[in-house]
Amino acid sequence: MLEIKDLKVSYGAINALRGISLTVNKGEIVTLIGANGAGKSTTLRAISGLIKAESGSVTYEGKSIFNQPAHKIVSQGLSQVPEGRMVFANLTVLENLKMGAYLRNDKAAIAQEMDYVFNIFPRLKERVKQQAGTLSGGEQQMLAIGRALMSKPRFLMLDEPSLGIAPLLVKTIFEKIVEINRQQGITILLVEQNANRALEISQRGYVLESGAIILQDDSAKLRVNDQVRKAYLGG
Amino acid sequence: MTDLLQQLINGLALGSIYALIALGYTMVYGVLRFINFAHGDVFMLGAFAGYYLAEPVAKVIPPQTYLGGIVVLLLAMLICALLGVVIEFLAYRPLRKRPKLTVLITAIGVSLFIEYTCQHEKVFGASPRKFPDLIPNTTWELGGLVVGSAQVIVLVTTILLMIALTLIVQRTKIGTAMRAVAFNPQAAALMGVNVNHVISFTFGLGSALAAAGGILFAMNYASIDPLMGVQTGLKAFVAAVLGGIGNLPGAALGGLLLGVVETFAGGMKGISNYRDAIAFGILILILMFKPSGLLGKQQTEKV
Repeated sequence: MLEIKDLKVSYGAINALRGISLTVNKGEIVTLIGANGAGKSTTLRAISGLIKAESGSVTYEGKSIFNQPAHKIVSQGLSQVPEGRMVFANLTVLENLKMGAYLRNDKAAIAQEMDYVFNIFPRLKERVKQQAGTLSGGEQQMLAIGRALMSKPRFLMLDEPSLGIAPLLVKTIFEKIVEINRQQGITILLVEQNANRALEISQRGYVLESGAIILQDDSAKLRVNDQVRKAYLGG
Repeated sequence: MTDLLQQLINGLALGSIYALIALGYTMVYGVLRFINFAHGDVFMLGAFAGYYLAEPVAKVIPPQTYLGGIVVLLLAMLICALLGVVIEFLAYRPLRKRPKLTVLITAIGVSLFIEYTCQHEKVFGASPRKFPDLIPNTTWELGGLVVGSAQVIVLVTTILLMIALTLIVQRTKIGTAMRAVAFNPQAAALMGVNVNHVISFTFGLGSALAAAGGILFAMNYASIDPLMGVQTGLKAFVAAVLGGIGNLPGAALGGLLLGVVETFAGGMKGISNYRDAIAFGILILILMFKPSGLLGKQQTEKV
């Protein structure tokens, strides 16, 4: 469904991605793990068009989306839940969700989507009129995911959904990610520092180190891989 | 008492004009985080658009009628909206990724460019011109108060435009997108918002309001010239900062407040010559105690 070949990104003199290749098949949950600064977020941001890549190719459903502007990429069914959630704190929860459906015009379908979001995150429904800035970190993460779902994506990228969230909610968030994948058939590319959980819910994983992919395998195998265990799973 | 009330009405009329211009400063600041110093010149161009439109419009709709005035106003707003979009496209968009200081200096350049081009004899010329009477010139006397039709129109138009602006910003899709871009352009782009379109729209909207301010100003003060936007623009900028830059109700409040204070100061014996000093003095005072302005919020982010 998504194929990246030899993607290179640099910030000035710093090579953030030194030519990575990865594939995500339809229906999969694939995770990208690695330490801080390895280039995980950069990868997602290059796919979603938030930053320009230097070279390489990004093919989505057979078409090149390489270096297209972000708003064009969303319209093709890719949606990103950005790192740090980036909910619109000055907008209400409802307005945030409506922003997620910005490119859609079918009111009935949008309402249906919103019902689904409220169904998986009932907490959001209780807070529709509230300003998003007043939500807790976990609630904001729910909102960020819900907002991304409002565009009815076929491909969802999540950047560190567990970052800065109460441990109890982390579990819920990961459960919901699996639920979204199974119920809606949305393909997922998950970037996580919480490698343990990410490998638990994903089918395959890539390990990123200093802007290069050093390992790729089935998640189950990565979990027992010595190198991975030492570096990312705490022994 | 009557004097006080009279000054208040005069002040509100002046303040309304500041408010209309201040809204443009604050909206552009909201989405781009820079001060469009050419905004005061768009205000001037609005007045001149009205000046040149008055005659052709008078051929269709009888001059000095409210309908004629409204048509001139709307046309001038439309022209300036387009102009604002063009200014952004030509001068600021190419610098989108550059440091803010670069854009700020460019804005000053754009401002000077407009002012001096317009002063050229083949354009408007430097000398002041008498603004035509767009609406019936009537004055009402109410228990000692004197209110002119131009003043009433200023207040009514400002109120209507502010209601319209609030509806656009709060209720429409593009308005919500504006607020989203103001908060985080990247996140807005991830929603499918074409940030450049929103920025163009914001410039158009702000410039239309400035044009309305220009015409209302010209109706009240009768004389227009290519440099009329310099001081009024600066004052409106002060008003926007006073109210809290980036905050729409703040800009409106700041404008009205500044207009009223300035008018009162101007009406007092002994200090009337210092009215501008007083206006700027207030700005300094407020910013000393509330750096984010009257209604501005300190940006806090939840982690």
